[in-house]
Amino acid sequence: MLEMWGVQAYYGNIQALKDISLSVQAGEIVTLIGANGAGKSTTLMTISSVVAVRAGSISFEGQDITKMSTDRVVGLGITQVPEGRMIFPALTVLENLRMGGYLRKDRDGLKEDEEHAFQLFPILKERRRQHGGTLSGGEQQMLAIARALMARPRLLLLDEPSLGLAPIVVENIFEVIAQINAEGTTILLVEQNAQMALQVAHRGYVLETGRVTMSGTSSELLADPKVREAYLGMD
Amino acid sequence: MLEQQLINGLTLGLIYALIAVGYTMVYGVIQLINFAHGEIYMLGAFFCVTFITAVGLPFYVAICMAMICCSLCGILLDIIAYRPLRKAPRLAALITAIGMSIFLQNLALIIWGSRSKPFPQMAVPGYLKEKALVMGDISLTWLQLFIFAVAISMMFGLFLIINKTRIGTAMRALSQNKTAAALMGINVNFVISFTFALGSAMGAVAGILVSVYYNTLYPTMGYTAGVKAFAAAVLGGIGSVPGAMVGGIVLGVAEALGAGYVSSLYRDGVAYAVMIAVIIFRPSGILGRSVIDKA
Repeated sequence: MLEMWGVQAYYGNIQALKDISLSVQAGEIVTLIGANGAGKSTTLMTISSVVAVRAGSISFEGQDITKMSTDRVVGLGITQVPEGRMIFPALTVLENLRMGGYLRKDRDGLKEDEEHAFQLFPILKERRRQHGGTLSGGEQQMLAIARALMARPRLLLLDEPSLGLAPIVVENIFEVIAQINAEGTTILLVEQNAQMALQVAHRGYVLETGRVTMSGTSSELLADPKVREAYLGMD
Repeated sequence: MLEQQLINGLTLGLIYALIAVGYTMVYGVIQLINFAHGEIYMLGAFFCVTFITAVGLPFYVAICMAMICCSLCGILLDIIAYRPLRKAPRLAALITAIGMSIFLQNLALIIWGSRSKPFPQMAVPGYLKEKALVMGDISLTWLQLFIFAVAISMMFGLFLIINKTRIGTAMRALSQNKTAAALMGINVNFVISFTFALGSAMGAVAGILVSVYYNTLYPTMGYTAGVKAFAAAVLGGIGSVPGAMVGGIVLGVAEALGAGYVSSLYRDGVAYAVMIAVIIFRPSGILGRSVIDKA
């Protein structure tokens, strides 16, 4: 479904991605794990065309999207829940959701998906007329995921959904991630919490300073001594 | 006397408000003070007069055509001058805006000459010049009522566009978080162009109304009006559309009262004094954003 070959990217003169090659098959949850600054978020930003690709290429369902604009990438069915959630603070919860479905014209479908979002996260229904900025961190994360789902993505890019949230909320979010995947959405998940990520994902890639250094199924990675030591805090 | 000054101030204030929303909307989406916005206002007046004298269009049609032309000018201004600098430091774009202001002013000087022109009176519908209301020493002309009606209905229309439509919500989203807006599939450049078009059309109407009201237009007319309207936008809270409306009215009324009760020489002085007071005591402006923001 998604293929990246030798992708390189820069912030100014600093090279953030040195050589990223990976693939995601339809129906999978694939996770990228790695330390801070390994290039996980940047990888997602290059897929969404927010960060420009300097070398290498990215394709989605056989179509080259390396140089496509962000809105066109979204139009193809790739939606991102960015790190830090990026809720629109002065739009209401409902308006935030509507912005998620910005490119869609099917009113009935949008209405249905709104209801579906409220089923996934009932708290959002209660708060639908409140400004996004007044929600708690966990609620904002829920809104960010619900908003991204409004686009009916075929590939959902999730960046650090557990960041800064209480453990109970994190569990809730990961249950929803598994549910979204079970409903047919392919997911590329970036996580600091490697333990949680590898439990929910089918496969994973380990990133170090802008390169993929290891890849395998989740159980392989969970069993790997190096991964256990570096990312799972076990020895 | 007081009532008359209030009426005059309100007329002027509504016009400032029409221009100020253009500053504030553009600032909202790209954090740029578009100093060339005053020139769009000036072009509105000149386009309208040209459509009347050279093409022979009726008054109201000429207004609409001038609005369309100014919208296109606004879009072109953004595409040619500002878009290449989107990722550059903000100062570069700001200096470019000042440059474009000077450029457009001089372009108008070349095309229309430096002398001030009267507004072609035969084109203005006769009833606009008549008095609508005379009570004691207070008088209100149909033209003033026309200015009230046009300005208020345009503001109301703008309010509806910004708050009730898909593209308006996209404008607000864009002003809150550009990256997130792009990630929603919003075509950022399209929304920015739309913002310029909207602000420029309103500026054009302001220019036309002023040139009819004072029966004069000249290529440098956008300078003072632009600075005043910018002051109104800052007064209301830059980036806030209702703020720009309130700021414009407050500024216009303050100016008229200052001119009426102190001295007409202090007209501009009063306007700037109000702005300075707001900047000192309430830097975010009257309705400036103080959103609770955990995002």
